[in-house]
Amino acid sequence: MAGRREPAHVVEARRDAALAGLSHAVPFVNELGVGFERLGDELTGKLAFQEKLIGNPVLGALHGGATGAFLEITAQVTLGWTRVWEMMEAGGEPAAAIERGEYPTLPKTIDFSLDYMRAGGARDSYARATIRRAGRRYASVSVEAWQEERSKPFVSAVGHFLMPEG
Amino acid sequence: MTDRMTERPDVSGMSEAQKLELGRHFMAQVRWNAELGITLEHIEPARAQLRLPYDSRWVGDPSTGVLHGGVLTALLDACGGAAVMSHPTGAIATATISLRIDYMRGAEPGRDVIATAECHRATRHVAFVRVEAHDGARPEPVATATGSFTIERPRPKDQPKKEGA
Repeated sequence: MAGRREPAHVVEARRDAALAGLSHAVPFVNELGVGFERLGDELTGKLAFQEKLIGNPVLGALHGGATGAFLEITAQVTLGWTRVWEMMEAGGEPAAAIERGEYPTLPKTIDFSLDYMRAGGARDSYARATIRRAGRRYASVSVEAWQEERSKPFVSAVGHFLMPEG
Repeated sequence: MTDRMTERPDVSGMSEAQKLELGRHFMAQVRWNAELGITLEHIEPARAQLRLPYDSRWVGDPSTGVLHGGVLTALLDACGGAAVMSHPTGAIATATISLRIDYMRGAEPGRDVIATAECHRATRHVAFVRVEAHDGARPEPVATATGSFTIERPRPKDQPKKEGA
């Protein structure tokens, strides 16, 4: 396959473009202000702080609905990315589809259980998801978010997802 | 755990209309609820009903126009919190401890989502809540949730002194 001989930076740039395309294709992801960064195959979600995300005007804390949505998006994009990665690695028509911006639909959430451990402050948040099981139809994912210290997550969740057909 | 708290004034002696007005005032103070257009429809002891208007900005699947589940998270959480605050146990503030959401089906594009919460049990420190979200298109709910919330009570020094206490 011709792609294998491409310089690494070209391959990496294409992967970054695909990751941005996958997540930014979803209107709500953009409205919430979520972006993703990639180191190799590890994704980190970032929820940029905005005043509109405040849930408690007295404490200036983030709304649990906003941080919960951030975790759900991080889990979905982490799962969806595995499908995009496979398509790009497969080459041929699947890789061409990604190149054209035809991303697979994000997995559908079946259930999502949130554990609010402490208040989220008025600052940026980060999240990483771990795929515990990925079957052809169903997937189980855990995800947690932190702010200043990775070892002190403020909200975590486990969820189950229905993978898109195909 | 204090992701969302709401201070509550003394509501005894208020009419239903006044309580609804007060609840709407607090709902509007919460920026993310206001951003999503969430409004308080109805409030009664231990029960609350909230409306989320359909908006294409909150879509999760651009190929169908179905709302993202994360928008419903805010609606279900806010609705649960409102039911806790309206419970006669008299919490002065609350925060979500945990929330489990089941997504039964995608909400019908273009339709508002109405959530109804019931605070079915309140202990000294914890409230238990059930929430259902409907879009009115079909009788089955779009999503259901169960949650546990903190109950913040006035500190003892804030309470009126009893005779001989």
